Amino acid sequence: MEQYAHSKWKKLIQPGLVHGSLYYDEEIFKEEVEKIWFRTWVYVGHVSEVPNVNDFVTKTIGPMPVLMVRDRNNEIQLLLNRCPHRGNAVCVQEKGNRARFTCPYHSWTFSNTGDLINYAFPDGYQGTDKSKLGLAKVARIAIYRGFVFGCMTEEGPTLEEHLGGAKRAIDQLCDNSPTGEIEISAGFLRHRTRANWKFILENECDGYHPGFVHSSIFSVADSAIGSLYGSDAVAVTRSFGNGHTEVDPRPEFRRRDEPLSWFGTSADRLPDYTRQMNEAYGEERARQIMIDGAPHVMIFPNLFIAEIQIFVIQPVSANESIQHSTAIQFKGAPDINRRLRQQTMGSVGPAGFLLADDTEMYERNQRGLEIRNPEYLYLKRGEHRERRDEDGFLIGHSTDDLPSREIWRHYLSIMEAQ
Amino acid sequence: MAAEETVIDGPDILKEWVGKGRVFSKSFDQELYHEVQQFVFREARLQDIHDYDAWEDLWTDDAIYWVPANGTDTDPERDMSLIYDNRSRISLRIRQLKTGRRHSQTPPSQLARVISNFELIKSDNNDIKVMCNAQIFETNLRGDTMWASRTEYSLRHINGELKMAYKKVVLINNNKPIFTLSFLV
Repeated sequence: MEQYAHSKWKKLIQPGLVHGSLYYDEEIFKEEVEKIWFRTWVYVGHVSEVPNVNDFVTKTIGPMPVLMVRDRNNEIQLLLNRCPHRGNAVCVQEKGNRARFTCPYHSWTFSNTGDLINYAFPDGYQGTDKSKLGLAKVARIAIYRGFVFGCMTEEGPTLEEHLGGAKRAIDQLCDNSPTGEIEISAGFLRHRTRANWKFILENECDGYHPGFVHSSIFSVADSAIGSLYGSDAVAVTRSFGNGHTEVDPRPEFRRRDEPLSWFGTSADRLPDYTRQMNEAYGEERARQIMIDGAPHVMIFPNLFIAEIQIFVIQPVSANESIQHSTAIQFKGAPDINRRLRQQTMGSVGPAGFLLADDTEMYERNQRGLEIRNPEYLYLKRGEHRERRDEDGFLIGHSTDDLPSREIWRHYLSIMEAQ
Repeated sequence: MAAEETVIDGPDILKEWVGKGRVFSKSFDQELYHEVQQFVFREARLQDIHDYDAWEDLWTDDAIYWVPANGTDTDPERDMSLIYDNRSRISLRIRQLKTGRRHSQTPPSQLARVISNFELIKSDNNDIKVMCNAQIFETNLRGDTMWASRTEYSLRHINGELKMAYKKVVLINNNKPIFTLSFLV
């Protein structure tokens, strides 16, 4: 049996070739839920979404809802919104502030630490251990620079081991804030997408498509994004391992050598932000941070940091996903924050200049797979020019399929495991 | 408050949905009501048939085109909106559509919208404020989609013609995941 499972995945995923059924087969989707979403580290939310004691917000791990709570002791908790009694939801509000959750069915009441406080008519329960009837929790929770991750199993690598080299990208993002902290405070746009989650995952570091999918907006707006993804671009794609990938345009920005060029602006247009950065880091370091800009990194399986915004990918079924997107805010930097929001609102979400068209591509890809020949998708672009950078990470040209190949290599290793 | 006015009220739990606090005018200016309706019907037709230039011409120079997310009375200067366009971004939106390479509108959505429930509301300045409901049927490559909104306009007479200074489209399901919305709503 093990041998059979082993050969099944090896057949579906070959070097530079992946089978179409990986995107539409509901049985494969169910296996992904168990092996990826409920077994490995998944991004849940950011601590700034629950800034005050007793704040809560509804998040997800795969198709499953999760309550992210800052409990009465100021600890971040990931609670499962299911009354242990009969399965009802203990909270139907999306977000709010409350110290306890009461199930409406039989009035069982839980502290926001998850503990069962009381149930109705307690004399009906004799010798019951209330401590065993609290809300279930995500088995492990870990926070890296404010980003909250959950893992549904006790065993396995730590979050830091899982993130590995991708920690650098998160650090790079936070360094762009003069306080070293970012905030997720503007609320999310939710984009319903009739496509498999992996089409979204793979597109995030696909530098081959922007010049075509987004040529409409590049041709009418003064956008310098297009030049990052031409055939003569010096930007690279990188694999950090564990399925994490990035497009790294720093070589291009360093060539330009202009602070805030990455953001399509200049230091004199954001004087307050520039002054704050200089005060926080010293002029030399601040200048380097503002030349390099924010990262473009896809943290497997669901957190995409796209320079100035984040996307959270939520799988719904083999054929449907939700993209959650919002502007990143740099804590304590109001003049850049308004631009970050305005630019994000123009680009992303169901009506965005960019994402409406990306999503159109995902949905057409998904429908395309109803055509069963050829059986495999072809992901070999740039195979001949993969190389190692000075840290030992695989890199390629910004338009190469290297990120997809590396995502699938990691995927194979997870799905093959018993 | 004058006797011919009424304030929208409703349960607190729906506060962000009913646009609480807006003052409806009970006095009835038949001629204005007719003119406003004709304007909104024309706008709807231009959107349905993708007459981008004629639609853009309806806007004033200080225009705001706002489609909030996650409620009705959010703060567009703090919260994410689906669309929050000033006049120059409206123009950019139109220019993108006109390239013919806006893939989510190539081919364009086939649309028919029904606009109803017009009510004039109290205005703080000389603009004419009106609220109405819209239902939009869209069909495109993905399939058929129904959209519904409460819509609020500020209209202004400029050289004898009505223009839009403000259009706010509150999609009834704007707190849920929604499909791509790249036609003019």
